[in-house]
Amino acid sequence: MSDFRGEVQNAIPALRRYARALTRDVETADDIVQDTLVRALRSEHLFHGGDVRAWLYTILTNLNRNRLRALSRRPVLTPIKDSDAVSGGPEGGSRDIGRALDDLAEEPRTALLLVVLEGLTYREVAEIQGVPIGTVMSRLARARMQIRSYLDGERPALRRVK
Amino acid sequence: MIDRDPIVSEDELHAYVDGELPAARRGVVEAWLATHPEDATRVAAWRSQAELIRARYGGVADEATPRRLDLARLEWRRRWRLGAMAAAAVIAAFIAGGVAGWFARDVEASASSDLRRFTADALDAYRLYVVEVRHPVEVAGDERPHLTQWLSKRVGSPVRIPELETMGLKLVGGRLLPGPTGPTAFFMYEANSGERFTLYCGQTSERETALRYTKGEHNGAYYWVDRHLACVLTGPAERDNLHAIAQAAYDQIDSRSTSLGG
Repeated sequence: MSDFRGEVQNAIPALRRYARALTRDVETADDIVQDTLVRALRSEHLFHGGDVRAWLYTILTNLNRNRLRALSRRPVLTPIKDSDAVSGGPEGGSRDIGRALDDLAEEPRTALLLVVLEGLTYREVAEIQGVPIGTVMSRLARARMQIRSYLDGERPALRRVK
Repeated sequence: MIDRDPIVSEDELHAYVDGELPAARRGVVEAWLATHPEDATRVAAWRSQAELIRARYGGVADEATPRRLDLARLEWRRRWRLGAMAAAAVIAAFIAGGVAGWFARDVEASASSDLRRFTADALDAYRLYVVEVRHPVEVAGDERPHLTQWLSKRVGSPVRIPELETMGLKLVGGRLLPGPTGPTAFFMYEANSGERFTLYCGQTSERETALRYTKGEHNGAYYWVDRHLACVLTGPAERDNLHAIAQAAYDQIDSRSTSLGG
């Protein structure tokens, strides 16, 4: 019981980090984390052991996917700002890792962040994404290739047109 | 050494970078990289990407957790809202959804987006109609039964119009509006002071949620879901007052679950 709470509590900083990198917006990220926590608390009695942390990552990943789907159904005007550009400053130039992540499709981005930022194993990521390990690896490969060509790449100003 | 079959696949390069490669293959990959500069460059690029990502976002985990993510607080709000219904509802949702595993899938997942869409649309509707002097509504408040019947039919689920007279609010009337998920009912109330409040209700895939507050520029909104009906109460931004009204509206919509009006 309180073990469960403790594990959820301990996971919050990592969930915020993951959500921030996924959404690149402080408020949106914390909204998703809040929804994740509410769902976890609500379903505590349905949780029959296993890895709480992986379960939380799964909920958050699904919530984010749904958010993106809803956004794609409905056109939104996105203000031109990069809420975390502050930390990067101009030193990264315009070939910025955050923008490189933005350009990825949802699945490769999720796979890459879970492995690289959250330190999960391929097996854990496969369970979270509900796909075989081979698929996780091809998502990783796609993400890395795309980021590389973006960072090395052609003028970002041209690539920003979407 | 045992370089009989030294071919290294791209998958192995990824596994190497991510520490997933079996120890036995590590030496093989390292030897391969020493003689294949292109692959070595790739591996270096992947590592530096990972460094960039960690440098950019790693620090978030060290930030102080905002108060709204405090577990005790979330728990308290949940109890306050859901009461004993919660367990039954969640179990029902899980059974209905046929969720076999241990995590919440799509049924559970559209919450934050619906919250945002409904709240944004409700605030828009509020701002649009609250300034209307002559035509704030389509059907006047004295036709309450007709209004209930008509809008329930169009929204596709029973819509109840709370009586907020005890809060000093008179029903001005209502109208039909397009919403994020389809037809949406919109009711307007007015205080003696002339302040107006609106209630915006439409269907959602979500089953139920706690009251959620969103602050607009000069106004605020409380959002909640009860039995797949998303409701947004909007009014001037004075939060305590708005909360009291939202609570009263919520209580009535909830308690009169059997009488559909009409």
